[in-house]
Amino acid sequence: MTTEAPAAPPEKEKAKEEKEESFLGLFLHNLWSANTVTVTILSIFLALVIGAVLIVVSDSAVLSTFSYFTARPSDALTGSWDLISRAYADLFKGAIFDPAAIQALFNGTGDWKTALNPLSETLTYAAPLVFTGLSVALAFRGGLFNIGGQGQAVIGCITAGVAGFAIGLPAGLHLVVALAAGLIGGALWGFLPGLLKARTGAHEVITTIMLNYTATLFLGWLILQNGIRDPERTDAISKTVDSSAILPAMPAPLRVHLGIVLAVIVTAGVAWLINRSSFGFELRAVGVNQNAAKTAGMSVAKTYTMLMVVAGGLAGLGGAVQVLGTADKLTGQVAGNIGFDGLLVALLGRNKPWGTLFAAILYGALRAGGNLMQVDVGISLELVTVLQALIVIFIAAPALVKAIFQLRDARSARLGTSMAKGW
Amino acid sequence: MANDHIDITVEPGEVHALLGENGAGKSTLMNQLYGLLQPDEGEILVDGEAKVFRSPRDAISAGIGMVHQHFMLVPVFTVAENIALGAEETRGGPLGWLDRRRNRRDVLETSKRYGLPVDPDALVENLPVGAQQRVEIVKALTRDVDLLILDEPTAVLTPQETDELLSVMRSLAETGKSIVFITHKLREVKAIADRITVIRRGRTVGTATPDTSEDELAALMVGRDVSLEVTKTPADPGREVLKVSGLVVDDDRGVRVVDGVDLVVRSGEVLGIAGVQGNGQTELVEAIMGLRLARAGKVELEDADLAGRSTKQVLGAGVGYIPEDRSLDGVVKDFTVAENLVLDLYDREPFGSGLKLNLKAIADSAAERVSQFDIRTPSPQSTVGTLSGGNQQKVVVAREMSRPLKLLIASQPTRGVDVGSIEFIHNQIIHERDVGTAVLVVSSELDEVVGLADRIAVMYRGRILATVSPDMPREEIGLLMAGITGDTQEEDSE
Repeated sequence: MTTEAPAAPPEKEKAKEEKEESFLGLFLHNLWSANTVTVTILSIFLALVIGAVLIVVSDSAVLSTFSYFTARPSDALTGSWDLISRAYADLFKGAIFDPAAIQALFNGTGDWKTALNPLSETLTYAAPLVFTGLSVALAFRGGLFNIGGQGQAVIGCITAGVAGFAIGLPAGLHLVVALAAGLIGGALWGFLPGLLKARTGAHEVITTIMLNYTATLFLGWLILQNGIRDPERTDAISKTVDSSAILPAMPAPLRVHLGIVLAVIVTAGVAWLINRSSFGFELRAVGVNQNAAKTAGMSVAKTYTMLMVVAGGLAGLGGAVQVLGTADKLTGQVAGNIGFDGLLVALLGRNKPWGTLFAAILYGALRAGGNLMQVDVGISLELVTVLQALIVIFIAAPALVKAIFQLRDARSARLGTSMAKGW
Repeated sequence: MANDHIDITVEPGEVHALLGENGAGKSTLMNQLYGLLQPDEGEILVDGEAKVFRSPRDAISAGIGMVHQHFMLVPVFTVAENIALGAEETRGGPLGWLDRRRNRRDVLETSKRYGLPVDPDALVENLPVGAQQRVEIVKALTRDVDLLILDEPTAVLTPQETDELLSVMRSLAETGKSIVFITHKLREVKAIADRITVIRRGRTVGTATPDTSEDELAALMVGRDVSLEVTKTPADPGREVLKVSGLVVDDDRGVRVVDGVDLVVRSGEVLGIAGVQGNGQTELVEAIMGLRLARAGKVELEDADLAGRSTKQVLGAGVGYIPEDRSLDGVVKDFTVAENLVLDLYDREPFGSGLKLNLKAIADSAAERVSQFDIRTPSPQSTVGTLSGGNQQKVVVAREMSRPLKLLIASQPTRGVDVGSIEFIHNQIIHERDVGTAVLVVSSELDEVVGLADRIAVMYRGRILATVSPDMPREEIGLLMAGITGDTQEEDSE
């Protein structure tokens, strides 16, 4: 799938070779030189372990059994174990499948929709994250930190949503137009910081963050305007997207829609773009060595601008999928946190397209499972956010994970530090 | 295995040269002496006493200091601060105030004692490379070391700075310090070393004295006879290919560095530009390549004006370009050899059409280039960063010479390149000339310019002082490089 050569030359060779590395370069290097699969799995494991501690600490009933731990440790241990296992079992049942529902299905008493519901939820949450994740990952490969996925997704929501209810078109065509509107809206929102970067050198982190605020506030204002706001409602909510522009979904109550299929297709497209297209070649070259790219005749300014347009378009498409698939109306929170989660998804996916897809699905699964965990065991959904954050922290510090598990590379990682210190 | 049972002894007051090609294991050996790497076998004796170095701190306390090839200095700190770093003098215990005055005094004292002038208050980032190196040496000397390891110290220096460094090494040796001088430059070894140890593929292959001839040393280093002379037939210059007239270029700070340069390169000849680094050669070449805006003047390639053309267009017009800084401008280290071989061709047939890259054509062409240009790489899909300097440079050379050229511009084509590869690259450049390409070679190594060029333009302070024949005595060219012109030396070839 990804045709890149394993970019992991021996660590000490690298440390010697690199004359001077930018913060970004160093960060990227650390990100990629780690043994990705192992570290990712171990990071998830570590996050779950810490999550287990948090589950116990946050439950006052179980916590109180620890006060007489020395007298009767079994109370505390079984209590904790019950709680943790129930919580994580719910996480699984809510995200992948519930064995009871499958059992019922085989007995003929259940219905396939109930059995498939957890997966449907997972994929519903995952779909927009794939797009925003790809947006960040692609920009990252070209050496840009696109923090603006949120703003681009919000604009994508707006343009796709407005196209969805303001213009009347036949089914099918209407959907395509609405998706395209989301894509173009996001692309324009990405074009601005790209152009500013290329022309004036304005740092994309600053400009994209500012444009995030602009987009969110614009959305808040827009849904109160006549023509946009739903006249039959008193709260800040827009009209409903016409059914002709809604992404086809599985029969209710399943929510999963065509967006996830689109996400897989777009992932393949982005993978092709990065590895097999001349634009991908340019953006990768610019991303790791701007000077060599320039010397070889590439236009860094043009690449940056194009890159932000494409990245913005991807995030905008994510917003469109959110509105046309999951939400069907514009509200102030319609885009949720998909742009910022996209950052984490890209990190977890190590900025590789297929990695990002799987990371988005994992995030979706945690979110879907978290819902059940909250309902069933009463553990706050925030715990899922903490788990997601912990995973990313461990991923971003591969040396820590390697040290904890005594992986072979840990030694050379320490050597790297001592070399850098010099005297 | 980078080192295979190496024995080396360094006497007090001796300059001991460690000679070997890139990747022969010199740096690995020295990193063990300096505590950065631990040997699997064998021992290190200091004054007859066995020592184990777990970190550079151990090595320093045993009296061993090292100046790395790439300096370990904090650019925004002053010289005195950099020297104090890691051994700060404090008042009132280890957590007390920094005693800046004492640091400064120590620096001045050391600098005076060893005749190494450094300004303790200058910011390191504002110092030229040669001065930064002096700071590194002073830093080592303030730690009271007896043995100083200099890892490829001349790689980044101009000829003048090199001479200065050699005399510093000599005077340090006279005060009883031992110096290990790692290099692959034969001329310097012969000029300074008391004893020479030659390393090849991790083994000691011989020891030599400075009387050994350069050819013999080179043969020891490479493991076969190499010719240091460039063999070539007389040039057969044809039409004018590159014509530069009245070119004026400013550098990034707005300082005029190319100040009215006129030159002509004809097909089938090599024009060498000699000059000390920093006299405008870099900017001249960048202006020709469209990498830098010219203030005034004209650059023509076979009557087509190159003014305002992008680098892509200049390359597309049939210009090959070997940039002077290989690792910064020449290659993308994270890219594979195959990708680097098409770095400026990826969007042209047969490698790319429209948005699509033809990965098969890229791989096929890479396999061909790798064998044709003798690029030593595990596979065309290995990343370039894992190759030795010489092989990285061969990748650049292969890329630029694998398409029909009208003009080849080679800046410092063999800087940081091992002897074996130098020979190969020189032959490739001459071969390019012989097929009728106009070649412009820019080098701060006079030997290289004299060996390759059919005519030599000497550049000084942004101007071409004179265009001379390579047969002119080296001393006279050297005088020109220093900006000293006599009436008799002028020999305008126009």
